[in-house]
Amino acid sequence: MLAYLIRRLLYAIPILVGVNLLTFALFFVVNTPDDMARMQLGIKRVTPEAIEKWKAQHGYDKPLLFNAQAAGVEKFTETIFVERSVSMFAFDFGYSDDGRSISREIGTRMWPSLAIALPNFFVGLALYITFALLMTLFRGTALDVAGVALCVVLMSISSLFYIIGGQFLVSKLWHWVPISGYAPGLDGLKFLVLPVIIGVIGGIGGNARWYRTIFLEEVNKDYVRTARAKGLSEIKVLFRHVLKNALIPILTGVVVVIPLLFMGSLLTESFFGIPGLGSYTIDAINMQDFNIVRAMVFLGSVLYIVGLILTDISYTLVDPRVRLQ
Amino acid sequence: MSEILGVDGLTVRLPNGAAVVDGVSFALRRGETFALLGESGCGKSVTALSLMRLLPDGVRVAGGAVRLGDSDVLTLPEREMCAVRGGRLAMIFQEPGLSLNPVLTVGRQIAEVLELHGGDQASVQAETVEAGGCSRARLDQSGEVGIEVEQRCIELLTQVGIPDAPRRIHEYPFQLSGGMKQRVMIAMALAGAPGVLIADEPTTALDVTIQAQVLQLLRDTQAESGMAMLLITHDLGVVAEMAHQVAVMYAGQIVERASRQQLFTQPLHPYTRKLFAALPDARRGAAPLEAIPGNVPTPDAMPPGCRFAPRCDRAWALCHERAPEWREVDGQGVRCHLYAPEGAGREQGEAAGAAEPGFYPAPDSRSHTLLEVSNLQVHFPIRRGVLQRQVGVVRAVDGVSLEIGAGRTLALVGESGCGKTTAGKAMLQLIAPTAGSVRFGGQELIGLSAQALRAQRAGMQMVFQDPYASLNPRMRVAEILDEGMAALGVGGDSAARQGLMDALMEQVGLSAAAKWRYPHEFSGGQRQRIAIARALAVNPQLLICDEPTSALDVSVQAQILNLLRALQQELELSYLFITHNLAVVEYLAHEVCVMYLGRIVERGATAEVLGAPRHPYTQALLSAVPRVDGGSGQVIRLAGEMPSPAHPPQGCHFHPRCPQAMTICRETYPGETALGGTQRVHCHLYAESVGRAGD
Ligand SMILES: Nc1ncnc2c1ncn2[C@@H]1O[C@H](COP(=O)(O)OP(=O)(O)OP(=O)(O)O)[C@@H](O)[C@H]1O
Ligand code: SF4
Ligand code: SF4
Ligand SMILES: [Mg+2]
Repeated sequence: MLAYLIRRLLYAIPILVGVNLLTFALFFVVNTPDDMARMQLGIKRVTPEAIEKWKAQHGYDKPLLFNAQAAGVEKFTETIFVERSVSMFAFDFGYSDDGRSISREIGTRMWPSLAIALPNFFVGLALYITFALLMTLFRGTALDVAGVALCVVLMSISSLFYIIGGQFLVSKLWHWVPISGYAPGLDGLKFLVLPVIIGVIGGIGGNARWYRTIFLEEVNKDYVRTARAKGLSEIKVLFRHVLKNALIPILTGVVVVIPLLFMGSLLTESFFGIPGLGSYTIDAINMQDFNIVRAMVFLGSVLYIVGLILTDISYTLVDPRVRLQ
Repeated sequence: MSEILGVDGLTVRLPNGAAVVDGVSFALRRGETFALLGESGCGKSVTALSLMRLLPDGVRVAGGAVRLGDSDVLTLPEREMCAVRGGRLAMIFQEPGLSLNPVLTVGRQIAEVLELHGGDQASVQAETVEAGGCSRARLDQSGEVGIEVEQRCIELLTQVGIPDAPRRIHEYPFQLSGGMKQRVMIAMALAGAPGVLIADEPTTALDVTIQAQVLQLLRDTQAESGMAMLLITHDLGVVAEMAHQVAVMYAGQIVERASRQQLFTQPLHPYTRKLFAALPDARRGAAPLEAIPGNVPTPDAMPPGCRFAPRCDRAWALCHERAPEWREVDGQGVRCHLYAPEGAGREQGEAAGAAEPGFYPAPDSRSHTLLEVSNLQVHFPIRRGVLQRQVGVVRAVDGVSLEIGAGRTLALVGESGCGKTTAGKAMLQLIAPTAGSVRFGGQELIGLSAQALRAQRAGMQMVFQDPYASLNPRMRVAEILDEGMAALGVGGDSAARQGLMDALMEQVGLSAAAKWRYPHEFSGGQRQRIAIARALAVNPQLLICDEPTSALDVSVQAQILNLLRALQQELELSYLFITHNLAVVEYLAHEVCVMYLGRIVERGATAEVLGAPRHPYTQALLSAVPRVDGGSGQVIRLAGEMPSPAHPPQGCHFHPRCPQAMTICRETYPGETALGGTQRVHCHLYAESVGRAGD
């Protein structure tokens, strides 16, 4: 197992370099250093000298990928790409264009993101599994059909509608909670309730239906028939036999997103004015702040890889066939 | 003897209304085994599942009664039914590998039954109840069991012959072999001390030597506990060995019921007689098997009169019009017009001319060698660690040598996992051999370039075990046949190929027009015919057939075996026939090689090897096959199972299971000894230095 993990981590390095290169290329194809300087300096003060000066100040005065002037290895190292990338592997993200430390920014902004994403994730998971189990228990009956129909309806509605509809009803009409905003600590609770509930509802359709499919597939397996032949009641069959087996694909499917919860949700955060990493990313894209965008993409890739590794570990925890081999 | 379970007019319908079980009646008595015999799809399993009320969603019982003691199982409330299942009525299933919960320990799964049906283990239940909810919760979560229950689990596992039970109860099903899993299933069934055990094809998924062990176990348990057993099987041999009473099912109905004695000496129903005639057997010599033409009708397209009429060679007008009534003749029940007053005079005398077109004598053994394999090895690396270093090898095939003459059949026999399939694929170069030589028509195949190999491929083709999986479901039969011909450039232009295809279809016994249909529109037997046609399309000289009939029913198997034999005569084909079925070998093969753990342990002409097996493994294998003529000889029961090819035992691979093992067997692998005739064997018993000491 340890050997396996080490191997996975080694595999991660080329993936991260590749992701980095890709972000880099995409970003600078649309947006050359000159464009960035112009954007930052504002229309009026743009003289070629000012642009050169800004580039030199911010470290964009070198070639992008290949430095023909330099000698030897420096042909590759004396470039924007390498200078900006290497430090990232030490999780040093540098400074945003307005001069703030990106690492510090991430450190403070991840908490609001987590405050929404974590409850959303766990409440959602519990609710979807319960809902799917109920549909499985009543499979083939009108209740099941109604449940599936509800899922399909919920699934086909855009998440924007939930957000706007929810804000309108709950905040505007009924004045139960503030429409948007954030406060740290317990005071923030009133800001979190609505986005979490909306997030959970938005996920019901797709997830409950998916879990129901997993349960139904499991329910028709031979070992479930054996369990019934022992004289177990249907509920016990579901809880003692089906649930544990079905949780293997469900858990391993969701574990991969757990690390990504840090990154928050782009849509929810910007609509509810949550100062988390999601809205941070959106703002950076709007501002064409390459350092932030790249830091967030890098962080996302790292967290995704961590998620994949966690998935493998979770397999070994829940599935004895993997654990003991 | 008292009746313990009575089934009366049981009828079961599919969601579309078709009756898959139609008015089935029988009775089980204490201490008796009642066998339900029939081909796939005839309704055996549905009958069994309706007794347990475990029918799949949508399938429902439409009529009849199932008496268990003084209650009707079919009308019990679900709560009471739960007490019956696993308690008075227990069931074991065909696929032990799929029938156990993969994520619960064996002990946990048995304990569950003990907790539900304390029965005579009242003390066990009391103990768990006293310990209260807390202990119950611990049982459920940790997968471990309380002391008393654990003790009883160990007893049960020991009773079903699992060595080292205290360790095994903490293991998961995937850590056990197929035979052990089926033993666990039996232990689970016995845990509720049932009055009736329903066994649905309990040994079909197991190897013969393991099957022999499991059947023996079932017999012993029955003798001990006096339970009644409903044994569902398609294998006449298993019936001969196990049953007291037999019912033969065909297309949802019982067509004949008799004691074993009566059934085997005087079968009444034409279908039963055909089943016997379809069994391959060496004594038939060159005579073709009596295949039953056609297929079992599907439930939604039942013939109006007798359901067997379209396939029955005794049928007359009445049979097609009116369904025959159930009739008792000397204590033997039968559903056939021959035994009604209307059929008087017809039941005597055998049907005329059932045999398929004639056979020619086998080509003689002086034919030239077509395929010559020497010292073929296939080793799969086992990799581990950060760098995936190779830490060992699975010696799937470890030095196999054989020759096949033109127009002759060589059978490669052995239990699952012995390396038969791998050897076959390596000869075709579908798997790269690790070492050795494969010469086909004098040409060495190993090391050939892909292109040169393709030219040789037309000469040797493979037919696979599963006719369902080996044909692309999205291609018409014509496309399937054309694909191979076009790829290898056989058969000229596409118009010429169409003509060839028609001829091929006729050759394998299908109509030419059928080539425009898709594989799923054919039955299993017909699909296997298509697979054979596909192989023949490129004019091969050698067919490697990997278990081509083991997924088929006996009556259909006979059709395919006859076809293969006829094709051999017609086209001078050679066959390498990979199988575990010794009866098929007897019928089809000129020579046989017996394989154990990657090596051939005995070989020679079929008559010599199967007539007088010399290697202890061959002897055990032969004696383990249930014989229709009943226990002709003493069965040699092998202990244990075949070891893993990753860790073959030192010395003779077979010594841990060999009843005649000697000291030298633990030390060196025996060399080959010729035994006169064509028979050769790898066993120290016959080595010159040891003499015939152990014989
Ligand atoms: N790709 C592979 N990697 C590792 N081991 C393999 C591989 N293929 C086959 N084996 C092993 O080689 C041995 C022989 O396999 P093979 O499929 O030839 O057996 P078989 O005699 O045809 O069995 P069966 O009757 O079940 O088909 C088995 O132990 C199998 O697990
Ligand atoms: S009733 Fe007629 S068709 Fe049916 S089995 Fe008897 S003889 Fe054959
Ligand atoms: S060599 Fe020894 S162990 Fe092997 S089969 Fe012969 S007698 Fe048995
Ligand atoms: Mg095989």
